[in-house]
Amino acid sequence: MNALDTLLMALQAIARNKLRSFLTTLGIIIGVGSVVAMVHLGQSATRSVTESIASIGSNLLFVMPGTSQRGPGGLRSTAEPFEMDDVIAMRNEISGILVAPSISTSATVVIGNANESIPVTGTSNEYFTVRNHAVEFGRMFSENELIAGDAVCIIGKTLIEEMYLGQDPLGSTLRVGRTACRVIGVLEEKGQSMGQDRDKAIIMPLKSVQRRLVGKLDVQSIFVSALVDGTTQQVQQDIESLLRQRRHIDTPKNDDFYVRDTQDIAEALARTTNTLTILLGAIAAVSLLVGGIGIMNIMLVSVTERTREIGIRLAIGARTHDVLTQFLVESIVLSTIGGLIGLVLGVGGTWLVTQQLDMPFVLSPGIMLLGFSFSVAIGIIFGFFPARKAALLNPIDALRHE
Amino acid sequence: MRKDATAIPAPDNALLQMHDIYKIYGEGSTEVKALNGVSLNINAGEFVAVMGPSGSGKSTCMNILGCLDVPSYGEYLFRGVDVGKLSLDELALLRRHFMGFVFQSFNLLPRVSALNNVELPLIYAGIKRSQRQKMALQALEIVGLGKRASATPNQLSGGQQQRVAIARALVTQPSLLLADEPTGNLDSSMAHEIMHELKKIRDESGITIIMVTHEAEIARYAERVLYFVDGKLLKDGTPDEVLT
Repeated sequence: MNALDTLLMALQAIARNKLRSFLTTLGIIIGVGSVVAMVHLGQSATRSVTESIASIGSNLLFVMPGTSQRGPGGLRSTAEPFEMDDVIAMRNEISGILVAPSISTSATVVIGNANESIPVTGTSNEYFTVRNHAVEFGRMFSENELIAGDAVCIIGKTLIEEMYLGQDPLGSTLRVGRTACRVIGVLEEKGQSMGQDRDKAIIMPLKSVQRRLVGKLDVQSIFVSALVDGTTQQVQQDIESLLRQRRHIDTPKNDDFYVRDTQDIAEALARTTNTLTILLGAIAAVSLLVGGIGIMNIMLVSVTERTREIGIRLAIGARTHDVLTQFLVESIVLSTIGGLIGLVLGVGGTWLVTQQLDMPFVLSPGIMLLGFSFSVAIGIIFGFFPARKAALLNPIDALRHE
Repeated sequence: MRKDATAIPAPDNALLQMHDIYKIYGEGSTEVKALNGVSLNINAGEFVAVMGPSGSGKSTCMNILGCLDVPSYGEYLFRGVDVGKLSLDELALLRRHFMGFVFQSFNLLPRVSALNNVELPLIYAGIKRSQRQKMALQALEIVGLGKRASATPNQLSGGQQQRVAIARALVTQPSLLLADEPTGNLDSSMAHEIMHELKKIRDESGITIIMVTHEAEIARYAERVLYFVDGKLLKDGTPDEVLT
């Protein structure tokens, strides 16, 4: 009996009972499909996080009051906020950096009949470079506007789409809280980033937000960008010692502020998504295992049901290993077909989801190969026991089986 | 006259020889002697009917003759080979090359065409596909079903199904055809047709046929009748001798 005949015989047996074959293999389809989809989606998520962090700005440091380990009660609120003087000190004493102070709030924005709550950031012109979010149309703030805290703003694309209904906003006036504000520029489009629409934003001079919206002269956080690649760490140390000096802190342990690197954040998030990927993959692998048990189950039923057929085959000269091979090949073919369908569905599903969620579509041949070979392995492992049972049947009993 | 089979010396052209065969099931008090010291010779080309009440050991004897089973004691020589000393796989090879089986319930594979059913033994014999199909078609033509090659068993009548089964048994050109109540599931006219067919095949090819049957009428197609009672070969002779 050659390999081709064995394969044809298996295909024939599978085709003889199409519905059952499909149900048998469904477990494998779902198993492989979910493993492939989960791991791919996890990788897409990791990539998406990395990319969106890169889009925030590279070589970027966040400087915030509070401690990085937030204990019960949140120490952050008790720490003294920064002032504009801190920013000026940084600019003067540390070279090779861009510093953008910022204060964020949320305000009701009214344009004509439309009104919506929009995040508002008060900052300086450095912000556009440091946060890698340039002004596409119009202009940045003038020196006078920054010093005087004029009611001018630069708006994100989402506002144009949703509130201006696509009309040119430059030169128009909108209301931010109780302040009438002139639009002088439009930010370039950034899209979604970690669940947030970065185009749904209004940027105003720092002083404008401080005075007109918040009513305090605090600087909430400071964004710092190192101008030379690879100096981020040095800059971080410089900022830390400068702030310690200014805030009269003796040891790093007592810091009431923290400096975070985007790289750190990216790595932390990537670790989280990786853990999630492994977790989801493991859960999906369990379903693959269940699929394998399903194959074994149906193959056992099939062996019982086809006992007479096995008896006939043994009577007309099939040897033990001919029968073993036949049933083993059947289950391998079933699981392989299931694996292939699962692979296609898994990749297809991943593509659909990434399209919907606007994530990058990452294809990993390694994962695809792994999922596929897993399904073949399951066919062998879970097919062996039923096949052995079939092969060890006594021909006389098998022929008598009703 | 073969009243006492054990007394007959084995002729040289004997296809198979049984010497004092026992087949015992169970142990101790539950011990059952399905065959209790059976000896017989069957020559190549003989057409033998095996008869007896149920439980007489005729089926056990058939299974041993067909190498589906091995005796507990005694020697069974098939073409001079001691079958009792063979492994399961060697028995399978003996069946593959030298034996054909026909069953009462036809035992064709369901939802598989007549041609593919007949082809099956040739697949195990490792014959190439194109030649296989030619041989299977020839076998079907011999039993008069050349035109129904693509029909599946449920599209065929009982008589036709049994013809397909006969074609399957003959396609490997075996030296021994074992038929276990081949007409048991057929009506009387169909049964006689099948018996004519078997007889014709034997006359043309010289194959040896051993057939179990309940019906004296069917047994009369054979030239020799073995009558079993309680695991022993009680009578062995021509139908006229045994059946009267």
